[in-house]
Parts: sequence; structure tokens; C-alpha cells
Amino acid sequence: MSASPEETVPASSWAGRQLRAFGRFWWDFLVGETPELLVGAVLVVGAVALVHHGGVARSVTEVALPALVITLLALSLIRAKRTGRH
Amino acid sequence: MHVHTDVAVLLVSVFLASSVEMVEALTIVLAAGTARGWRSALEGTALALLTLTALVATLGPAIVHYVPLDTLRIVVGGLLLVFGLQWLRKAVLRAAGLKAKHDEDAIFKRHVEELEAQPRGGARDSLGFVLAFKGVFLEGLEVVVIVITLGSTSNHLGLAALAALAAVLVVAGVGLAVARQLSAVPENAMKMAVGLMLVSFGTFWSGEGVGINWYGSDLAIPALVALYGLTALTLVLILRPSPVDSPSGPDVSVA
Repeated sequence: MSASPEETVPASSWAGRQLRAFGRFWWDFLVGETPELLVGAVLVVGAVALVHHGGVARSVTEVALPALVITLLALSLIRAKRTGRH
Repeated sequence: MHVHTDVAVLLVSVFLASSVEMVEALTIVLAAGTARGWRSALEGTALALLTLTALVATLGPAIVHYVPLDTLRIVVGGLLLVFGLQWLRKAVLRAAGLKAKHDEDAIFKRHVEELEAQPRGGARDSLGFVLAFKGVFLEGLEVVVIVITLGSTSNHLGLAALAALAAVLVVAGVGLAVARQLSAVPENAMKMAVGLMLVSFGTFWSGEGVGINWYGSDLAIPALVALYGLTALTLVLILRPSPVDSPSGPDVSVA
């Protein structure tokens, strides 16, 4: 009786597949079809942190953070409508 | 009884997010049970729920114990921003009629047809077991991430886990009672609400993580929910195609 293809796969290939599946899960989870949201969120939080620690008034950073998040959402939606990639 | 605003919003967020994911998982479990037998489907579901519970029980306390709070708030806030914006973006596109809505009845029908085409095993059907396990585990992983991030950052991991468990029980109970009428669940409205709350928590915590002390402290969270809610509504109205532009809307989605 010959072994099935699954049985002949070496352990290293199995581990590689699991690693790839793990990586794919996080990629789909965080990036998926909207890489602009991941990049944008990192830039928004980074920019607000720089501005806040640069001595800008607290009221400015408190308004800037949600305003930038809204801008990011709007830009992503406009991109989706223009490209048809939903 | 005094309930903090942030705890109430957190519990509602976790409950709604878990409910949405569990409705999707339940569709798969019902299809596996109907087409391949209930024993295997329920065993697969039980194993997936146990695995998810173990993940929360081990990863949650470890993160709270070892990661400094400010770092945790920036990382979790950023994650919730990305995750919440993804949910909100899809919900706005669906509400505006630019993206097909999920049709749980169509998904159920497709799964049953595919499963019934396969040869059956014995009392324990491996295909039904694996499908139920994967369905519950993969949908539940998003819930695990939400429970751990929201729970650990607010220091209410136990409450967040209980809210998720309550959602599992409610969806399972309602799902079994109404059998296959899962399409009646207002999934997109729930996804919109979850997206709004995740983005609000993400904004609040990433802000606190970089040093912002919000006016009104925790009351800033419902204020952010309201602000983002108004924004989402406005965006839906702006993006909704006029009848001249789109004589026929998008079809339902089974993806």
C-alpha cells in the first residue's frame, strides 16, 4: 500500500506550511485589501505623537487625532469607489 | 449601580463583535450538521471553542503582565484603529450599496450542496468535524484578538471574555431556535456599530499611549463614537450612487 501525499510530506514542510498559514492570517487580518489603512494608521499615530511631544497645545492634538482618522477613512472609501476594489 | 462608561462601551463592543462573528460561524456549523451529521459538527465546534478559550486564558494575562501599559495602549490602539477602520469601511460601502451584503442563507445553501456532494463517513464524519472546527476557530480568532486587546488594555479581560461567551450562548440559542433564518440578523448594522466602537477605542488608547489626556477622560469614548457615527452616516449619503448612476445595485455576497 502506498502512502498518501500528506503522509510523505517531511516535517519541515509541514512546519513551513503552518508558518505560512500563520503569516497569511495576520497579513489578511491587518493588511488584506486595504494596505492604506495600516500605513495610514501608523502615520497618523506617529504624526500625533511627534506633534504632541513637540510641545503643541493639548487641544490641537485632541482634535487632530480623530480628524486624521476621519480623513484616512474618507480617502480609503474614495479609493474603493474609484477603483471598484471593495 | 455605577457602571463606568468605558466598561459599558467595551462590553457592548465585545458582545456585538462576537455576535457578528458567531452568526457567520453558526452558518457553517448548521451546514456541517445538516449535511454531515450533528455529532461531528458539534464535536468540531466544541474543540474550536475550547482552543479559543485556551488562547484567551494564556495570551491575555501574559500580555497584561509583561507589556508596559503605555506600549500596550499604543500597539493595541493602533491595531484597533486598523481593525475598526476595516470593519467601518466595509459597513459604509455596504450601507451605500457599493458592496454586496452577506447573505447567510445563500452561504448555508452553498455549503450544504458542497458537503452533500462528498461521500459520507461513519458516525464520526471527518469532513463535518473539520469544517465546523475551522469555521468556528477562524471566525473566533477575530473575537480572541478583540477580547485580548480591549480586555487587556482596559484591565477588564475577564469581563471582555464573559461578554464574548454571552454572545456565543445568545447566538447559539437564537440560531437553534430560528434554525436557518440567519439572514434576518441585521449583520451590516452590527458591523457598523462594532467598527465605530473599535475605531473609537483605537483613537482613545493610541491617544493616551502617546500622552494625550482626553477632556472628560472616559467620556471621550462615547463622544468619539458619536463623532465617527455622524461621519459614517455622512459618508454613506455621499457615496450612495444616484438611481441614474446605478440602475441595479450589487448582488448579495456569499464570500
